[in-house]
Amino acid sequence: MAGSIALTPEQMPGPAAVSERSRARREMLRLLVRRKAFIIGSLVILFWVICAILGERITPYDPFNAFFLPGHQPPSPAHLFGTDRIGRDVLSRVMVGARDVLIVAPLAAILGVVSGTLLGLVMGYYRGIVDDILSRLVEAFLALPVILVALLTLVVLGSSSIVVICVVGILFAPIVARTVRSAVLSERQLDYVTAAKLRGESGLFILSQEIFPNVLGPTVVELTVRFGYAIFTVATLSFLGVGLQPPSPDWGLTVSQEYTNMISGKWWPTTFPALAIASTVIAVNLIADSLQSVLSE
Amino acid sequence: MTGIAEPPPQPLATPPPASAAALRVEDLSLSYVVRGIPRPVLRGVSFEVRPGESYGLVGESGCGKSTTAYAAVRYLPRNAVITGGRILVAGDDVTKMTDEQVRRFRMHHASMVYQDPGAALNPTTKIGPQVAEAFTVLGQNRREAHASALRAMERVQIADPERVFQRYPHQLSGGMQQRIVIAMALASDPKLLVLDEPTTGLDATVEASVLDLVRKLQAETNAAVLLIAHNLGVIRSICDRVGVMYAGKIVEEGDAAAVFEQPKHPYTLGLLRSLPRRGIRKSQKALATIPGSLPQIGADLPACVFVDRCPLATEICRTVEPPPFDVGPGRTSRCHHIDRLGEIVEPAAVVGQDTVQGDLALTLANVSKTFHQSGHDVPALVKVDLTLFDGETLGLVGESGSGKSTLARTILGIESPDVGGEMELDEHRLDARSMQRPTEDKRSIQMVFQNPESALNRGWTARHILARSVSKLTGLKGKAVNARVDKLAADLRLTQRHLDLKPRQLSGGLKQRVAIARAFAGDPRIVVADEPTSALDVSVQAAILNLLSELQTENKTSYLLISHDLGVVRYLADRIAVMYLGRIMEVGESENVFHGPNHPYTEALLSAIPTVDGEPAARIRLEGEIPSPANPPSGCVFHTRCHRFIQGLCEVTEPPLIEVEPGHLMKCHIPVDELRRLQAKARQEDVVLTTPPEALEAAAAIAADDPG
Repeated sequence: MAGSIALTPEQMPGPAAVSERSRARREMLRLLVRRKAFIIGSLVILFWVICAILGERITPYDPFNAFFLPGHQPPSPAHLFGTDRIGRDVLSRVMVGARDVLIVAPLAAILGVVSGTLLGLVMGYYRGIVDDILSRLVEAFLALPVILVALLTLVVLGSSSIVVICVVGILFAPIVARTVRSAVLSERQLDYVTAAKLRGESGLFILSQEIFPNVLGPTVVELTVRFGYAIFTVATLSFLGVGLQPPSPDWGLTVSQEYTNMISGKWWPTTFPALAIASTVIAVNLIADSLQSVLSE
Repeated sequence: MTGIAEPPPQPLATPPPASAAALRVEDLSLSYVVRGIPRPVLRGVSFEVRPGESYGLVGESGCGKSTTAYAAVRYLPRNAVITGGRILVAGDDVTKMTDEQVRRFRMHHASMVYQDPGAALNPTTKIGPQVAEAFTVLGQNRREAHASALRAMERVQIADPERVFQRYPHQLSGGMQQRIVIAMALASDPKLLVLDEPTTGLDATVEASVLDLVRKLQAETNAAVLLIAHNLGVIRSICDRVGVMYAGKIVEEGDAAAVFEQPKHPYTLGLLRSLPRRGIRKSQKALATIPGSLPQIGADLPACVFVDRCPLATEICRTVEPPPFDVGPGRTSRCHHIDRLGEIVEPAAVVGQDTVQGDLALTLANVSKTFHQSGHDVPALVKVDLTLFDGETLGLVGESGSGKSTLARTILGIESPDVGGEMELDEHRLDARSMQRPTEDKRSIQMVFQNPESALNRGWTARHILARSVSKLTGLKGKAVNARVDKLAADLRLTQRHLDLKPRQLSGGLKQRVAIARAFAGDPRIVVADEPTSALDVSVQAAILNLLSELQTENKTSYLLISHDLGVVRYLADRIAVMYLGRIMEVGESENVFHGPNHPYTEALLSAIPTVDGEPAARIRLEGEIPSPANPPSGCVFHTRCHRFIQGLCEVTEPPLIEVEPGHLMKCHIPVDELRRLQAKARQEDVVLTTPPEALEAAAAIAADDPG
């Protein structure tokens, strides 16, 4: 019976399997593209990414050099967003300001999601004493206010981009770990895990090869959500003066330097960077929501 | 949409006037709109149910039977569109009602009972107020509603309703919950009662009593009953008439007994022949299967919907839609070739062999398993002794909670037994934990799970799943692995194309084949199959059972088969073990256990199964619930429900498991000859035996003791 349909070894790794995978990916992309929220979110992010990459090459003025003008020129055809307190063009600074946050925030989110996922996988799969100890630790971490801990750490260690990335990443890890843990818990009850144990697979294999691919969906969603929060957190830290340092045109930093001038009616150097932060966070969340609903379909 | 040939070429029995029917469905067509495209699921369904009559709809999953039932009470999903026809309940057209009219219609004229009674009851409300609410919506005040609710409880034979009223749904058993749902459905004294798989989640003994209840209530209320069930035995035991559905059409209709005795449509015939009936065994004949599979929902179908799977199909079947030909009093069949039905031959090939006891494969001695739950000891297995011989199938039966699955999991090494038990495989000690067993032992004992959905990793292709098991269990590498995978696939009739697909792209039957192939990856000595076909349709089940017995004959594998379907067990099993509360009550050769004399519990289990043949059996109705394993009854654990309870003996001492005839062991105080006499007498006199009051008193005393 076997002989009649046996194939030559060259035919064995089915090309069908590969095309199946790319077909599934295409199908998902097609569903995503049909969502307005996803398109809008992506366009906004794309805009800021272009600003960050091209930076000074596309800004109307040099974002760092002050004009020898009196500061705080209101928006005008020459300076669409006006100028700041020392006469720098706000539009140019907002455009270049995307750069720092778009490097620091994604790295922090990736660090948080990768370490959180590892933690969550271990907690969900091994249960028992491992889970008990790690869960209590995670809960203790979750009880700490993120900004306060980050503030203290940065004051002690001194602020640099690397430290900001590490601190925000580590603070996000427990939140991710909880999400991944619950996904693993429902996954490990399925019979395919029992079947793997019955053929003697190691825990590492079951976790990495059997369970992990099936919890990838929630992990990807978690990554986008965390990215949104990271932008916010990094901006907040800069605002508080422990994140990025002057003369960086970072949005949070700019807001912190200029917000006192709001009272005297000079709203533009504060409002435009603030809107930039808001647009990025909202855009990321629009993408996260679309991903989540497409994955759950 | 295919048209319906309205004036039939042959005279039909004149239908009674519309007013006589409680439910009359006329040429109903319905589509589900998916992504803007209407996909037809009902293609001109017509039938009627008269008051006091019960009508069953049968067919494989996806044939449209549930959609028809839900349409009758207009519980349809938002994307359902009725594209033609009428549904008349007591003369009113349900399809044309406004929302308010539908509400009033459901309040007064129609009720529905769902498959899962646990989900149909509100978990946060006590039973009393919940049942009373069914009456307050009808305009009764609180006191009247409470009195009505009490009467409703008595009607569905719930003893001590005041006590039950104080409970929450989760504190009641499934059978009790379903009785309450039925009581609520009958509150408005409906003209139409729709039952959708009402007993599917219940144990056989409970199912039997719920079915008895439905029968009794129907006689009392004169309601028209529309019953949906995939179990043909349930339909046969309740329904007067039956409609067989296929791809959104009723292909055959008629008196239930007549349709099941003498089917007149190739599909009905195929369905019935795929069932293991009348005690046939694997060594007698293979089960018939229906080639192909149900067309996709919304597929474009030729004139006769069954043509692609029909062995009799000719050109006319593709061009002319078969009208409902009259094939007897009140019977119709939509087939052009009714006269040629005899040409469909049953498979002659014998697929399996009865196995005479050979060498010992597996021995269990004194194996117990106690779970510890919040301070309580819950014994799930109590001193189990069991043997499994080379190449035989041992069937394991018993109600849920009897310890069947725990026993299987213990043998597999997923649960470790309590200290003191011994397991031996081929006369060497088997380690308690699967992880600690050498690869050779892991290879030797493998499992087929109940639900292939959960048993296969949805991220892997079938080929990857099989190849991993082969290389892990056999140690083969490279090309040898591929060759072995191909051999397994060929044995299970899986094609190369199937192997490259992921589980969700495979049908249920194909998924189960992949799961079976995986169990056979390392050429096992023993395969534990836990309800291997209960998630599948009957025609698919037949194919899987045939394959299982074929594989056994070829490889001399021993099976431990767990199933609640005694037809399946009888077909495959050489020996049977009956479990109750973690204990083996009886074990013996399959035919001896089925024919008797058998243990009173076995006797009750057998009599509870509704058969499609309507065979007369001694009717035994077990009262009460399965006791909690944490607080087992004294003496013989079955004495609280036993219809042959002997006061002063059974509740005092536990009978030993003794050999009553060669190879037939039983745990009962009544001597085997006495059992033989009693059981023969019960069969002759055709009486209904129930648990005697003394036994129930003993049960109540135990329940009162229970701290939980």
